[in-house]
Amino acid sequence: MNELQLPSIDYGALAPTLIMLGAALLGVLVEAFVPRRHRHLVQLSLALLAVLAALTFVVLGADDRLITIGGAIAVDGPTLFLQGAILVLAAMALLLIGDRTVERGGYFVAQAAVTAESAEDRRQAEAQNGTTEVYPLTTFAIGGMLIFVAANDLLTMFIALEVFSLPLYLLCALARRRRLLSQEAAMKYFLLGAYASAFFLFGVALIYGFTAGTPGRPAGVDFATVNAAVAESPASPVLLFGGMALLSIGLLFKAAAAPFHVWTPDVYQGAPTPVTGFMAACTKVAAFGALLRVFHVAFDGARWDFTPVLGVVAVLTMLIGAVLAVTQTDIKRLLAYSSIANAGYLLVGVLAPNSEGISGTMFYLVAYGFSVLAAFAVVTLVRDADGEATHLSRWAGLGRRSPFYAGVFTFILLAFAGIPLTSGFMSKVAVFGPALDGGQAWLVIAGVLTSMVLAFPYLRVVVLMWLSEPGESTPTVTVPGGLTSAALMIGVIATLVLGVVPGPLLDLTTGAAEFVR
Amino acid sequence: MVHILANAPAEPTGTVTYATADGLLGGVWLLVAIPLLSAAVLLLLGRRADRWGHWLGVAAIGAAFVLGLTYFLQLRGLENKSVELSLWDFITVGDLRVDFGLLFDPLAGVFVLLITGVGFLIHLYAVEYMAHDAGRRRFFAYFNLFVAAMLLLVLGNNYVMLYFGWEGVGLASYLLISFWSDRPSAATAGKKAFLMNRVGDAGLAIGIFIMFATLGTTQYDEVFTGVGGLTATTVLVLGLLLLLGAAGKSGQFPLQAWLPDAMEGPTPVSALIHAATMVTAGVYLIARSNPIFSANTTLQLVVVSVGALTLLIGCVIGAAKDDIKRVLAWSTVSQIGYMFLGVGLGGAAYALAIVHLLAHGFFKANMFLGAGSVMHGMKDQVDIRRFGGLSKYMKITWITFMMGWLAIIGMFPFSGFFSKEPIIVAAFEREDWTAWLFGGAALLGAGLTAFYMTRLFVLTFHGPKRWTEDIEHPHESPALMTIPLVLLAIGSVGAGFLLSTSVPDWLEATAGLGAQEEPHEAVLSHAVITALSLLITVAGAGLAWFLFRAGTATAPQPAGILVTAARRNLYTDAVNEAIFEKPGIFLTRALVYLDNRGVDGLVNGLAAGVGGGSGRLRRLQTGFVRSYATSILAGALLVVAAFLAVEAGWLA
Repeated sequence: MNELQLPSIDYGALAPTLIMLGAALLGVLVEAFVPRRHRHLVQLSLALLAVLAALTFVVLGADDRLITIGGAIAVDGPTLFLQGAILVLAAMALLLIGDRTVERGGYFVAQAAVTAESAEDRRQAEAQNGTTEVYPLTTFAIGGMLIFVAANDLLTMFIALEVFSLPLYLLCALARRRRLLSQEAAMKYFLLGAYASAFFLFGVALIYGFTAGTPGRPAGVDFATVNAAVAESPASPVLLFGGMALLSIGLLFKAAAAPFHVWTPDVYQGAPTPVTGFMAACTKVAAFGALLRVFHVAFDGARWDFTPVLGVVAVLTMLIGAVLAVTQTDIKRLLAYSSIANAGYLLVGVLAPNSEGISGTMFYLVAYGFSVLAAFAVVTLVRDADGEATHLSRWAGLGRRSPFYAGVFTFILLAFAGIPLTSGFMSKVAVFGPALDGGQAWLVIAGVLTSMVLAFPYLRVVVLMWLSEPGESTPTVTVPGGLTSAALMIGVIATLVLGVVPGPLLDLTTGAAEFVR
Repeated sequence: MVHILANAPAEPTGTVTYATADGLLGGVWLLVAIPLLSAAVLLLLGRRADRWGHWLGVAAIGAAFVLGLTYFLQLRGLENKSVELSLWDFITVGDLRVDFGLLFDPLAGVFVLLITGVGFLIHLYAVEYMAHDAGRRRFFAYFNLFVAAMLLLVLGNNYVMLYFGWEGVGLASYLLISFWSDRPSAATAGKKAFLMNRVGDAGLAIGIFIMFATLGTTQYDEVFTGVGGLTATTVLVLGLLLLLGAAGKSGQFPLQAWLPDAMEGPTPVSALIHAATMVTAGVYLIARSNPIFSANTTLQLVVVSVGALTLLIGCVIGAAKDDIKRVLAWSTVSQIGYMFLGVGLGGAAYALAIVHLLAHGFFKANMFLGAGSVMHGMKDQVDIRRFGGLSKYMKITWITFMMGWLAIIGMFPFSGFFSKEPIIVAAFEREDWTAWLFGGAALLGAGLTAFYMTRLFVLTFHGPKRWTEDIEHPHESPALMTIPLVLLAIGSVGAGFLLSTSVPDWLEATAGLGAQEEPHEAVLSHAVITALSLLITVAGAGLAWFLFRAGTATAPQPAGILVTAARRNLYTDAVNEAIFEKPGIFLTRALVYLDNRGVDGLVNGLAAGVGGGSGRLRRLQTGFVRSYATSILAGALLVVAAFLAVEAGWLA
């Protein structure tokens, strides 16, 4: 019997992931052993410290280009950049999640198992602090995302997908207010997510079948094998195309691309707003990081076959996101459809057949993440006695009541609309330019046209805030505590700076746009 | 510089270079910065500065004058009398490099002294004149802003800096004309000035674009060095556009109509901006751009024609007006016509035009302030038919105004004689029959000027009293107003002789202005022209004295065709209305109609389509997981089918 060959493991390169997962496990222990009144502080500090430590390791290892742990993980430019992006955005999201001054006791319910709308539930909504289990859950999710963007074979990618999805399902269900809506959202997200995972897994199986018989290689689902198989596998191409289709469905579901976007508005609306922000920013980064890797590394040889199909998906996504945003009456749903449309623009960058497309997509992800977190931070502040006032009619005349926050929100909306001197403009340039160079003009035309449609709902909110008279029901903006202020300011300043001096980040993405194979 | 020399084609004006400013002259930027800072302080502090703000404004201009004088004296010691100070790169986009730089040379130097010197006196005068106005601090802020912009205009070392100052003075002028914006006439006059200036400014802007497109630069030295390499047509177009800009700012034909209306502003504004300095910016532009204008004879002919035509228009209309400030305004239009005539003649006449400009700055400011003093004593009456006999009541105003009057009509030995008469002589020095045309026009203008200015003077200060009932005893203005009058009157007497003997030599160091040509033989001898012009002047003045010594009717009288036409500004307003305003209004209406029906219809239709589609699509979002799962499944089937179709080659 042969001796078992243990794969070599580069612990330094894996450190960010290990830190996050370790911190999550530690967080579970904290739940068990630390007294209740200290838990919030300990958990928040632990999570933030872990993010900072992981970020430090990402920065220290910025020059790593290697494949480790038996080919399961690739640490290269895109991995490190996207991990860094996820960690920075996750830190902002943690600041929002940890705020307990805007909503007394935090945005989360104290005991999720209590029947919603019961007398006991009302009591706990009034008096008790939110559960602190959200921190280990968030930390687990971040860890899963870090693996997801680094995964170098389809099975690792699937595991990572589940690792970051399951905590998100739970987080969605933990809203302190409107608990039924929150639980419904979590349920929907879980069912549809499981459904999409099944597609993904079925796709992996078909691809595995396709790689069998590739000259000189055993069958497998690591990207190098898949890449080789696309070029010279004797198996039927039906396996390849079927597998590619099912695989992309699983990923496009997470990225919220049409027609797999249907969960997005309901979940974004029902989930606690900081969690929505976390999903809109970090899940987006993770999903598009995986899409970039799968299509630029594994299926690179079949580019001319998948581009038209995914191009149609991109156009459909932009169109549905933009058109449906027009008639939304709830600010969180509006931002959800805007996030769907943005997924369409990001797909344009993914489909650009050059490394500028990769760097442009990465720039877009970071810029959008900062803006969307800032937007949801403002949403948490506009509230009345019943919690957040998310119906748009309640935002009428907000500019008179709270000019500063209305101004900030206006700025973010202008960034979403792609007005120059904001990061939104630069990021659209960054994805549309490479697509034009790569001969995908039709995608760019669709992108520009839908951007015009999409500007309407944004400007409608701006007009509503500034030009309408404030009504009796216009809520005031709560003055945020330090954590939310910090997250909001980081987001706004990043949106401005990336619009005015995008050079450094663009250079960084350009330098990081090379995958290892 | 080596690079430019290597590429420079052979041209007549020679290569233009400037020395770098160092030592004391390195602080030239302070000239612009001090008034600008003062304006900012006055505007930002608001009411807190009401008590002392006007003195800050006066002090800023005084400091600028002292500094300007110091730099001026410093400049005299230098060899080529020109220094350039590059502060920072203003605009660097692609090939466009614009320097935020200043050029202090003899031409800029005399303008700096005029602007700060006369400006200081008028600021001083305004302290008293505006004493009872609640907006005095704001007035001084705008006044300081104007001086800063005007200094930037004359000190810039490239056309973009000039344009910067050009727009700055335009802004200040607009703000000050409509300073009493609660009067509809002032608001309308401000708007009129703004719009007509826009026409000229657009010309200047396009001219600068052409410079950049053909020469790749807007720096004075590089433009003047490169202009010899351009085709005649390019130079003509460029020059005409610059001329359009100059005509707009200086109230020359066909953009003269705004200047008389601009008298709605406070009188110190009329004196400083619309008589002494800003309106001469057009003359400055042409004098500064002399290598461009000298490079094309057609261009020079156009400039001369504009000057000659405008000077006659100004005289004729000025003779028919009854508002003291409007008469002075039309005389300004007419005198700037003389300056345009001078700069258009080219060669040595550039310097003559500048001399006349400086002399005019003194005597016209003097007369405007005098008019303000009269109005001050007569309860803001401006109609000269309701004055008369004021010489007994306002001794100082009377004497000083007399100095200005004698200066403007060109009587020996007052300053107008030394500055205007050489231009008339130069007009007679052309080669062909145009010598008679332009010389004759200049001579006729001198006679008409003598007539209407004497009419103004006699009707105001002599003859029987024709005052309105509410005035019993007109009073002389306080010392703060009369001291500037006296100083400016001294300037009106002496400046002409001093300037005409020193300035032409001094200006020789300015790029191009020194390029003296051999003068042509004049069609009449110098002595004959001098005698003729004096004779005509005396005849014009004598006629006016004879007609108006016994006063005039206090209401408008029926008049012949010419006088009626002159009262209506020679129908130029009517022409503007018929040619530009009416078609413009029609075009606007047509576009609005098209926009409402066509564009809006299309856009609204599209918007309604999107909204309707959105409303329908929304219904697909039912909220049921089962329908979501179905739509995902349908999507999945479509995607798989599409991939398989690709595989089967159906989509190829």
